Amino acid sequence: MIDRRHIGHVLPAFTVPVEAGRLRFFAKATGNTDPIYTDEAAARDAGHLNLPVPPTFFFCLEMDQPNPAALRELLGIDYRRLLHGEQHFRYHAMAYAGDSLRFEPRVADIYDKKGGALEFVRRETRVTNQHGALVAEMTCVTVVRHD
Amino acid sequence: MTELRYDDMQIGSALPPLHTDPISRLTLALYCGASGDHNPIHVDTDFARAAGQDDVFAHGMLGMACLARLVTGWVPQRAIRALNTRFVAITHVGDRISCSGTVVEKLADKQVRLSLAAQDQSGIVKLAGEAIVELS
Repeated sequence: MIDRRHIGHVLPAFTVPVEAGRLRFFAKATGNTDPIYTDEAAARDAGHLNLPVPPTFFFCLEMDQPNPAALRELLGIDYRRLLHGEQHFRYHAMAYAGDSLRFEPRVADIYDKKGGALEFVRRETRVTNQHGALVAEMTCVTVVRHD
Repeated sequence: MTELRYDDMQIGSALPPLHTDPISRLTLALYCGASGDHNPIHVDTDFARAAGQDDVFAHGMLGMACLARLVTGWVPQRAIRALNTRFVAITHVGDRISCSGTVVEKLADKQVRLSLAAQDQSGIVKLAGEAIVELS
């Protein structure tokens, strides 16, 4: 069982730069041929300040933290037993290449189902930009199998 | 992109569907590098077998990126207020993913709720999600 005392634990905040090259690579990897995600001129023509951070890339930027295993280590989870159960994003402002985004993750909940055979960890992360504006809120639910 | 108006939107309206090529090992390798998700279960067959899997399998977030692409193909990204998904089943190498979306509810403030799904070539649902978008 994951120790429930970790509910509410605030993980270290960190800041990640948004790099244009990473955004182009992500567009290629996800088959996104819309030029606003790879061509700065096309992005600006569409009213963007620069290449936009696409909707799910905030999750990737959160993985660029200094210690991506911080949460697993805190909770003592073997990552071979981990599954991504749910992912939620709420968007408040666009983010662009050149931005510097601050991530503030916390353990929002830990609960179990099926008599403890499945445990769930809900992590909530606030994302703000270099101007202090709220950009996105993310919720990641990971499932730990004990079968 | 044609501007979509809230007043013209009808419950049951479908988004233009999106179909991917079969998910290849190259797709998974590229997504591993581009996403920063270096979990070997998605790219290293030896590791996957040692972990009790028959083979590597796709990152759930690769499927969610397809759902996002479905929505940004319909409205500009700045119109998206929320994007949510449950990862229902594993996507295997060779699967072809089809993403579909339907308007299911008209909300206040010119927002609509979309029901989203990613299914494989056999119709098996891999991701079940929803989005909230704000129209003009």
